[in-house]
Amino acid sequence: MIINHPLLGPRDSAEFTYMGDAKLIDRPDWQAPEALAQFIDYGYMRDNPDGAHRELWYHEQGDRSFLVVTRDTTTHEIFAVELARDVARSRGQSR
Amino acid sequence: MHDLIATTALGAAAPCVDHHGPISLTEEPGFALASIAARRGAERATVLAIRRMIGPTAPKAGHWAGERIIAFWTGPDQWMLEAPYDSDEFLFERAIKEAKGKASVTEQTGAWCRFDLRGTGLAAVMERLCPINMATFIAGSATRTSIDHLGCFVLCRSEDHISIHGPRSCAAALHHSLLTAIRAAF
Repeated sequence: MIINHPLLGPRDSAEFTYMGDAKLIDRPDWQAPEALAQFIDYGYMRDNPDGAHRELWYHEQGDRSFLVVTRDTTTHEIFAVELARDVARSRGQSR
Repeated sequence: MHDLIATTALGAAAPCVDHHGPISLTEEPGFALASIAARRGAERATVLAIRRMIGPTAPKAGHWAGERIIAFWTGPDQWMLEAPYDSDEFLFERAIKEAKGKASVTEQTGAWCRFDLRGTGLAAVMERLCPINMATFIAGSATRTSIDHLGCFVLCRSEDHISIHGPRSCAAALHHSLLTAIRAAF
């Protein structure tokens, strides 16, 4: 599987480490009234889609950036690769 | 003041030099390093600070640039500065001054060791060491990669000269893996 890094171009997936569902970017506010329930969802509840899945990949053997990769779980086809930083910032998060 | 004796990363008084086939492998102790990372919203100011130190162009992703002081790209909005130790021992202080609080600067000199490969056919050696695409890794390229599980920065200074910065605490292991690859290739 080849991941087309937005800055460095196509790289073998062996350079990356899989870091889980991209929903991990949406960390709940720990001060919210529903924080406990939100953190249980955040920690444990995952979709298991048959098809496109947004997931975090860490370029451990490269520039150490986190990427959001949209991948088809049945074919491994990759539809989109974004810097996780840009995804987080587009949602108004600080990092 | 104690009378301390400086040693190289491999623990000797003089840098280690190895020759095999067309390749020479030399330990290079004489450089200072400092990392510089833009704070949020100060990406442009950081690029300008780097340009004041190295010259007209700050390196983009996957590249290095400069003359006496060089900078190489290490990640999004992050660079490493490198300069000869004799002229720029206090490189990080210069970087702090230039950054004017817009970027985080860290002294890195003691953290890394550097080995230089010189000769023809360097691609044959590098292809045994790491996943860098050597067909496109030309003079001016710089990247972070993994060599024998060690995170290393690799710079192509010219067609027949490549520098490898690895963790200083693993200098002997890195030296061994470089020598092994050279002997495997030639």
